[in-house]
Amino acid sequence: MKNKIIEKLGFAFITLGVLISLIFLFAIICFIASKGLKAISWEFLTSVPKNAMTAGGIAPAIVGTFYLTIAAIIFALPLGLASAIYLNEYSPKSFVVNVIRMSVNNLAGVPSVIFGLFGLAVFVKFLGFGVSIISGSLTLGILILPGIISASQEALMAVPNSIREASLALGATKWQTIKNTVVPAAIPGIMTGVILSIGRAAGETAPILFTAATFYKRGYPDSIFSEVMALPYHIYALMTEGTKPEKQIFIAYGCSLVLLAAVLLISAAAIFLRNKYRSEYAN
Amino acid sequence: MPIENDIRIKAEDVNFYYGNTRAIKNLNIDFYTNKVTSFIGPSGCGKSTFIRLLNKMNELVPNTRVEGSIYLDGKDILAKKVDVVKIRRKVGMVFQKPNPFPKTIYQNIAYGLEINGERNKKKISEDVEQALIKAALWHEVKDRLHDNALRLSGGQQQRLCIARCLAVNPEVILFDEPCASLDPISTNKIEELILDLKKQYTIVIVTHNMQQAARVSDFTAFMYLGELIEFAQTSKIFTVPKEKQTESYLSGKFG
Repeated sequence: MKNKIIEKLGFAFITLGVLISLIFLFAIICFIASKGLKAISWEFLTSVPKNAMTAGGIAPAIVGTFYLTIAAIIFALPLGLASAIYLNEYSPKSFVVNVIRMSVNNLAGVPSVIFGLFGLAVFVKFLGFGVSIISGSLTLGILILPGIISASQEALMAVPNSIREASLALGATKWQTIKNTVVPAAIPGIMTGVILSIGRAAGETAPILFTAATFYKRGYPDSIFSEVMALPYHIYALMTEGTKPEKQIFIAYGCSLVLLAAVLLISAAAIFLRNKYRSEYAN
Repeated sequence: MPIENDIRIKAEDVNFYYGNTRAIKNLNIDFYTNKVTSFIGPSGCGKSTFIRLLNKMNELVPNTRVEGSIYLDGKDILAKKVDVVKIRRKVGMVFQKPNPFPKTIYQNIAYGLEINGERNKKKISEDVEQALIKAALWHEVKDRLHDNALRLSGGQQQRLCIARCLAVNPEVILFDEPCASLDPISTNKIEELILDLKKQYTIVIVTHNMQQAARVSDFTAFMYLGELIEFAQTSKIFTVPKEKQTESYLSGKFG
């Protein structure tokens, strides 16, 4: 009898936990949607800001976020995948390699503003890229690198050893085995990591604060060395700068909704891919 | 026993260590061309470990060491500067658990041809068909060559693995308990296949099933605790074993 009560209580506690988490999630979505929907229009999504940020659209910020995110992935994916392949397939199981693995995991826990400062010191100042798309996307790239490395490593680890043996036993070299068998089998898992990283890179504010973003730019960026508007920073700026807060806040919620929708869409795609991956290996 | 000239592989004083544990002890054995040699013995006696030396698969296991010589066509494959890839192309392997690639049936077989540098699509397609015919799988899969291989049954998957191995034209085929995870009907099909394949290939098979050893092999090696206890023609070893240990293993007294 006592066991039954404990069982019921335990179950109730767990259910409550889930409900509270869901309430927070839905509250955020509802809050942003209710405030932001009013701002959304075709013009809002496709035109440039007007009247010192108090009217017009946010198209340059959408485009800027798009550029920064894509460039960050282009930089981080090959590097992260190569590192993961090295760590999982080539490196001897030694103390040094364990230290490298731990460092990579720790890197994922470094606050993003630190990455921002690092980007400012190295890319903006030392390498002289200035406040630009390239500085910002390299900084974002470094920020998402640990995530891509560990997602790729996990995906590679999930590839059964029997498949490596099958390939090697056919006379394939180690590189052929990795390139033609191991990596293709791991791609869905790697993709999941990449897509989650896209969400992260698109949403981060601090890393681009000093390295890429600008509050207002006339029109669109013309090269990788120009500064850009970006959604997360635009929200921050609308809420803290400018002269007409009551008009700006309205646009900020619109921006938030666009950003939230983009990130949620990306996460949904990640879940879809992961499920597809699981069903292929369920056999 | 066949004459010296028919020896395909000759192992001399082979020792193998996992860390400090000696898993194979001073093993000497000959494998004859176009014959099936089976390894029997209780679990952990080193039979799988030994056949994995014949195509150097144990190199992948960290913290291991091998001593002695294994001559394949007169060349010592355990020597330092041997090209592993060349050996594995000559000595194919079918594993205990079917391990098709998560690709289509067609791609599974084309894989070996492609990594060997074959680019001619028509040739690849012909070879894929030939390999599937040889592995007695063609009729079951010819209409669904582009389905995922993981959708095949366990027995079909294992025959696909055999086809994949045949496609790269090995000379020796190692079977490591190929029927361990299969039902009796699939097992029967694989056994028929092995009997058919020995016309063209030299075959070494590890099995836990003594009847299987009796049915498919010309020679049988009995291993116990890393040692080769007895090696003889299958008909002899199953009727008049010389060693006491072989006799008690075959009669089910241990193992």
